Amino acid sequence: MNFVRTNILVCGGTGCTSSKSPEIMEEFGRQLKAFGLEKEARVVQTGCFGLCAAGPIVVVYPEGTYYCHVRPEDVKDIVSEHILKGRIVRRLLYSEDKASGTARSLEETDFYKKQKRIVLRNCGVINPEDITEYIAFDGYMALAKVLTEMTPQQVIDEVKASGLRGRGGAGFPTGQKWQYAAGYEGPVKYVCCNADEGDPGAFMDRSVLEGDPHSVIEAMAIAAYAIGSKQGYVYVRAEYPIAVKRLKIAISQAREYGFLGKDIFGTGFEFDMDVRLGAGAFVCGEETALMTSIEGNRGEPRPRPPFPAEKGLFGRPTLLNNVETYANIPWIINNGAAAYAAYGTEKSRGTKVFALGGKITNTGLVEIPMGTPLREVIEDIGGGVPNGKKFKAAQTGGPSGGCIPASLIDTPLDYENMAAIGSIVGSGGLIVMDEDNCMVDIAKFFLEFTRDESCGKCSPCRIGTTRMYEILEKITSGNGTLEDIDTLEELARHINENSLCGLGQTAPKPIISTLTYFRDEYVAHVVDKRCPAGVCKALLSYRILADKCRGCTVCARNCPAGAISGTVKQAHSIDPAKCVKCGVCLEKCKFGAVVRE
Amino acid sequence: MPNRKTLVPFRGTREQEERLRAAIERHRGEPGATMPVMQEAQEIYGYLPEEVQIMIAEGLGVPLTEVYGVSSFYAQFTHNPKGEVQISVCLGTACYVKGSGAILERVCRKTGCKAGEITPDGKFSVDATRCVGACGLAPVMIVNGDVYGRIVPDNVDAIIDGYLDGKK
Repeated sequence: MNFVRTNILVCGGTGCTSSKSPEIMEEFGRQLKAFGLEKEARVVQTGCFGLCAAGPIVVVYPEGTYYCHVRPEDVKDIVSEHILKGRIVRRLLYSEDKASGTARSLEETDFYKKQKRIVLRNCGVINPEDITEYIAFDGYMALAKVLTEMTPQQVIDEVKASGLRGRGGAGFPTGQKWQYAAGYEGPVKYVCCNADEGDPGAFMDRSVLEGDPHSVIEAMAIAAYAIGSKQGYVYVRAEYPIAVKRLKIAISQAREYGFLGKDIFGTGFEFDMDVRLGAGAFVCGEETALMTSIEGNRGEPRPRPPFPAEKGLFGRPTLLNNVETYANIPWIINNGAAAYAAYGTEKSRGTKVFALGGKITNTGLVEIPMGTPLREVIEDIGGGVPNGKKFKAAQTGGPSGGCIPASLIDTPLDYENMAAIGSIVGSGGLIVMDEDNCMVDIAKFFLEFTRDESCGKCSPCRIGTTRMYEILEKITSGNGTLEDIDTLEELARHINENSLCGLGQTAPKPIISTLTYFRDEYVAHVVDKRCPAGVCKALLSYRILADKCRGCTVCARNCPAGAISGTVKQAHSIDPAKCVKCGVCLEKCKFGAVVRE
Repeated sequence: MPNRKTLVPFRGTREQEERLRAAIERHRGEPGATMPVMQEAQEIYGYLPEEVQIMIAEGLGVPLTEVYGVSSFYAQFTHNPKGEVQISVCLGTACYVKGSGAILERVCRKTGCKAGEITPDGKFSVDATRCVGACGLAPVMIVNGDVYGRIVPDNVDAIIDGYLDGKK
């Protein structure tokens, strides 16, 4: 083995890959060669570092120098200055550091300081396509431990004692679920992994599969031992090509090393797994629908009971957990249930990964102890709302969740506290909204989503979501009445009570939640025919202030509808009959003469 | 999303048909084989017209209604071909709150194509997609597989122009 004095880690997550990280890797290869350093420095493609807003990210070890927004043309500087001469390239440092002029390691930045990375422990650290790197970080040690030192019941007890709850959304105690699945006997039993991450705005499962796929494989093997199964399936979204590719590589490497297959660790234990691709249906994240889909059918949910533990995939006893839940398991086995339970709150133990998105400076993935207040996530870790705008609300749990308004920003993020205010932890999507977002429009956005994604099997969901969407459409187009708001509330209750699966039952949540905290916005749309945030087009009009207009003609030239008339150096005006309310004139005007009302 | 039967004539080749038959052979008898075969078929043909659905149904010995049922259920399967310039705008939540609705509108205006459709000349197809997971880059649009992140509506015309006349 060559002595390597420097490791150059390049993020290979979806976000950074989209902004040219593969080209950056190639360029490093070329530049290292040009400077004769190819034997001294090694380039490693890793999973996601989490701070996607700063991507593409390059980290140079042993210093731990954190370079942001790296472009292929910057690589030469990093090699000729940093790698060759030991001088840090200051212009590429993380913005917090650029101001102070000193480089800190990744762990010391505000973004990472308050995080506790258990699920994401290897993401951005190891090369996910090389099993030896996973093994070097204690990989497959937990599997060895359970197979050689623990009985299946001891494994289940350990998971129970950790207090881990399902991270896919419902928060059901994981150990309990394993206990049920172990309790049903059968010649064939299945262990499944739900990687059909459908909540738009949540991408932690993708990140784990891209950055640390072996942790999921190891956990599934442990689960299989605990419940007595020999066959596993991972159901993963086809929209995640990088995750699928790395997972498949990881499975074949695990087979090669004898961690999957027959007689694992010489204990006689046998387990193998296959990958099944989802085909873009949100409802398939529901456990029974997911299994129907693996069976090759339309992914429609089945009534429960019987629960999957009794009759699941192909009618056999089945255990199903989500990616993030599994990724915790090897850590819990290696470090002990008590170490895991030490994080979090009394009923919500451990950590949770949240996907920060929307109007927030540090978009990306953060893993925090359960019970961390929203304020800390938004202001400290997330770096606040950009462009001097005001924080309005955070939407959690996607289409099945609700919003947390600015007045409740101190809410601890855990199962109980979030449920108490009408939101959910859900899969961990956390979309930040500022004053420019209309809450009625957001509710409509989610209802359009659930309406499209309703599988159509039960009528409360199929028809109900359509009716609710129509009412929201009516309100946002300025034709709503106060009775419509009452109807919305009544429909919401019926749909929640009568739908077959979680999709329908939770579909009204975004409406109920926005009605609870932003009722005045609904009323403004209905009574005043006004959209306070200036989003709903039908309720907007654009006007040119004659005293501010210099007659520069920029607006008229850019108007796609030809709605603006006027002569050079004379005040212009907008013809409301022709205006399509696209807002281009407002964007283009340099004199603040165009107003939206 | 509309998934209507296409009006574009089927132009499958013998070579494509052989690849599909081979895929069917490989999966025959496997439990839950319908979807993996359809996924491969879509990779071969780019879409799943009636002709291809019939081949799958007959090949696997399942009713055509079942194949059609599955193909119309999942958003990934499309009954319509894609354009020479294939544009998708992400309408996931993170992109939406950052204004991807306005991006989609500009794309539709530029191409004269509605979301989920293809222009009659086969030049453009536009899709409003679910979250692609690149939320850190929001709002995101994808043209022929190239990802463009953190864009504003004014960038749209220039991006699309870059793909005209066989430039990319």
